[in-house]
Amino acid sequence: MAEKMELRDVEVWDGNMAAAQALRQAQIDVVAAYPITPSTPIVENYANFLANGYIDGEFVMVESEHAAMSGCIGASAAGGRVSTATSSQGFALMVETLYQASGMRLPIVLNVVNRALASPLNVNGDHSDMYLGRDSGWIQICAFNAQDAYDLALCAFRIGEDHGIRLPVMVHQDGFMTSHTAMGVRTLTDDVAYNFVGEFKPFNAMLDFEKPVSYGVQTEEDWHFEHKARQHNDLMTKVHPKIKEVFADFKKLTGRTFNLVEGYHMEDAEVAVVAIGTAVKTAQVAVEKLRAEGVKAGVVGIRVLRPFPFNEIKAMIKNLKAVAAMDRSSPNGTVGALYNELAGVIVQMDKAPVMNNYVYGLGGRDITIAHFMAIFEDLKANAKAGKVQQPLQQFINVRGPKLSFLSQE
Amino acid sequence: MVENKKTKNLKEFSTSADRFEGANLLCPGCAHSIIVREVLNATNDDLILSAATGCLEVCTAVYPYTSWDASWIHIGFENAATAVAGAEAMYKALKRKNRLLQPERVPKFVAFGGDGASYDIGFQWISGAFERGHDMMYVVLDNEVYANTGGQRSSSTPIGASATTSPAGRVSYGEKKEKKDMMAIMAAHGSPYVAQVSPSKWKDMVKKIQRGLNTEGPTFINAVSACTTEWKFAPEDTIAIADLAVDSLVFPLYEIIDGHELNITYRPKNVIPVKEYLAAQGRFKHLFKPEFKHILDEWQVRVDKKWEQLQRREEARI
Ligand SMILES: Cc1ncc(C[n+]2csc(CCOP(=O)(O)OP(=O)(O)O)c2C)c(N)n1
Ligand code: SF4
Ligand SMILES: [Mg+2]
Repeated sequence: MAEKMELRDVEVWDGNMAAAQALRQAQIDVVAAYPITPSTPIVENYANFLANGYIDGEFVMVESEHAAMSGCIGASAAGGRVSTATSSQGFALMVETLYQASGMRLPIVLNVVNRALASPLNVNGDHSDMYLGRDSGWIQICAFNAQDAYDLALCAFRIGEDHGIRLPVMVHQDGFMTSHTAMGVRTLTDDVAYNFVGEFKPFNAMLDFEKPVSYGVQTEEDWHFEHKARQHNDLMTKVHPKIKEVFADFKKLTGRTFNLVEGYHMEDAEVAVVAIGTAVKTAQVAVEKLRAEGVKAGVVGIRVLRPFPFNEIKAMIKNLKAVAAMDRSSPNGTVGALYNELAGVIVQMDKAPVMNNYVYGLGGRDITIAHFMAIFEDLKANAKAGKVQQPLQQFINVRGPKLSFLSQE
Repeated sequence: MVENKKTKNLKEFSTSADRFEGANLLCPGCAHSIIVREVLNATNDDLILSAATGCLEVCTAVYPYTSWDASWIHIGFENAATAVAGAEAMYKALKRKNRLLQPERVPKFVAFGGDGASYDIGFQWISGAFERGHDMMYVVLDNEVYANTGGQRSSSTPIGASATTSPAGRVSYGEKKEKKDMMAIMAAHGSPYVAQVSPSKWKDMVKKIQRGLNTEGPTFINAVSACTTEWKFAPEDTIAIADLAVDSLVFPLYEIIDGHELNITYRPKNVIPVKEYLAAQGRFKHLFKPEFKHILDEWQVRVDKKWEQLQRREEARI
């Protein structure tokens, strides 16, 4: 039996320690992992727990991230709780196996500490890796700080492992801004955390010798579509209710609230930004200032990126006059991915806000309160005119002359 | 638990495979299915299996059918070793935590991969799994070509073979590079048991499979898999071609224990000329043109040299 760890009610943890502690408390059966900045400390912390008797599962240090996810797939299909962590290039190397994991309906939990993608090589946070996972058939949940990273990792097992869901889950946090920034994290005791996550219940386990299973079979034009359609159907119809149920249980246990979309002063907002990750928190501070000045500003934080909370966002932004989509990944030749997602919502609205797009924070570049104040100036102008008054897409806080695209003149 | 399967004769052996169905889509005369049967036939123990993308995988688990009556997983082309390694890690974890569903049953873990999956794209995954020491066996179905995708070269394709990406032509005799020596490479990993087998020498093969399965740690089997489609011979000649491969010493049968103890397990009474082995297959047909005679001659020299080396290593035990 693994030893229990005594935790204070509030521990000073960064996002990596928060995630590692959640993995320890969930009593994972197999972790197969490979280190990469900035998620390395998740793996190192876990190795330390193991070295000190706090883990009784298997810890397999493999030779690459592709092998990490491959090992997780084999382990998960064998029938037990499985998790790992990665970032950036490691995530990119895993991509082939991400699709294989979700297609086999294996509830692996992947902690993704978001980081830019080379070239040029960069170790800092942006959302390029997270966006790369968008179509992979995984559930994607986003933390905005270390507390979220802890809480959501615990929730992730409950969501993915449910026999009605059986899908893998990514829990995202921003590289360095969350992963390496310490904060007071409210903890659960080992027993309370494990009881919340629950015992792993095997489903089609390869290790059930009475009932052999074939995993990862061939389907061509005769059956492939049905399999993909069923997976999409489950993502579209079953996952949100399950996430809400788990979030509600978590609230009962801890008092901490999570929603598919996190609105901040959205009840009466007329202008708002939509963002993911730590930028949500920065935007909230800007909105506090604006509110003091009498501006009806708000923030929409995307908590669940997949399945995309289409209707929840639609309801939340229905009274807005202007909205900005904040993309932290280079769209490389079009509007930002979040802009595109939101455009899909807005086109279905009777009274749609006008929307523009900002690309920010690539490779760990800061976005500050001042930047958001300037963005809200744009939004106020757009709201007043009922039309985007700037080029549709603007890059912010980048050297050189102002970079913007898709002029609206 | 170690329970070798006891078989008296070939008839009993060839009809007693109950965990791999003959109902599959492999070509008539494909050696892959013969090899898989011989592996599964060697033990009564429970099995957890994996396969890499390739002929074996695409022909044996086409939804909604499966030829496998033991748990089986295919992830991708390169990671069959890691698939089984992950399952083996899960077995160990659940055993430690007393959560095995049938704790009295101790499975064997076996991965199957083609030469493309093993010598080329999956090499790193195999190397990693062997370095970590998972308790598993890796079996290469070595047909010296990417058969599933229509006959492209691999690093197992021998000199002079015509493959679609190294075709013989007016100015080319086909593949230019020597076959990669996976046996030596896997022995160098410190694997406790590495062996080369041919399904035509089934008793030798079963003995080696059983030893591989019953040895703790990662063990490696390279099985010559004559491919009627890509080697270009008649489907009923599969076993005859495999016999030519071992009797010409192109595929010598040997094992390496703990990385150094090499035993030659079969010495042909009548060694046949390499030319006869090559002449029996369409993939080497062009070598019999006068302009490529030197390639034929080199073949014999190479095989002789390798046989000489093996014998010296057998004596030296290093
Ligand atoms: C990553 C990746 N690259 C390429 C392929 C295409 N592919 C599938 S099977 C195969 C060749 C298989 O050759 P081998 O491993 O020798 O097995 P065989 O079919 O000869 O038994 C190739 C190239 C693939 N499926 N995945
Ligand atoms: S192409 Fe060769 S390896 Fe593939 S099924 Fe046919 S005979 Fe077997
Ligand atoms: Mg092959």
